[in-house]
Amino acid sequence: MSFASDLMNIALIVAFVAIGVAQIMAMIRLIIGPDTGDRILALDTMVVNAIGMIVLLGVAQGSRIYFEVSLIIAMLGFVSTVAYARFVLRGDIIE
Amino acid sequence: MSMDVIATFAVAICLFVGAIFSLVGSIGLLKFNDSMTRLHAPTKVGTVGVGSLLLASMIHSYTYGEGSMHELLIMAFLFVTAPISANFIAKVNMHKRSCDTPPSPPRDGTWSTYNVPEEDRELAEADTSS
Repeated sequence: MSFASDLMNIALIVAFVAIGVAQIMAMIRLIIGPDTGDRILALDTMVVNAIGMIVLLGVAQGSRIYFEVSLIIAMLGFVSTVAYARFVLRGDIIE
Repeated sequence: MSMDVIATFAVAICLFVGAIFSLVGSIGLLKFNDSMTRLHAPTKVGTVGVGSLLLASMIHSYTYGEGSMHELLIMAFLFVTAPISANFIAKVNMHKRSCDTPPSPPRDGTWSTYNVPEEDRELAEADTSS
């Protein structure tokens, strides 16, 4: 059992580091992104990475309260992506 | 080898897979050199990356707590909404001319996202000429 839980703790640390690095790389694309589409895509990726990070926090602390947070952030991320893309496409969000 | 040990190994493997896919997707987002190719990389983050992290969370809660299937909700929501937002971003790329214009579709004259309705045509022409 101890080897398995050691492996799980190492996997948790690796996953935290990997998603943190992924978030930073998406942020770099958000800053340098030559076009609006790239910036929207980078924001969308950052939202998905944030959901992954929150789920990891829930696994690390063994707590169930992070589920609602990640569900709400998933919905908010989708709506904001669509709203941003629609604003760029039509110059308006709700016509 | 008891069930707990196997479940813990499964959690570790799922976490590794999710971490690797999230990292690979963001590397692709950073390194690809065209807007439409960049659109392809982060889809891995949205499906396999977060999906296997959620799977790890589910197995973990069944092993160490009372267990719940709530994560399936997030997974289903992400899987349903990912193509829609990708479609919208692709349309933004096409309208902003940040990619090569795709070849015309086989049957219609133009892509539907470029299509202007009949009654708006004068408005669109006035818009482009000004």
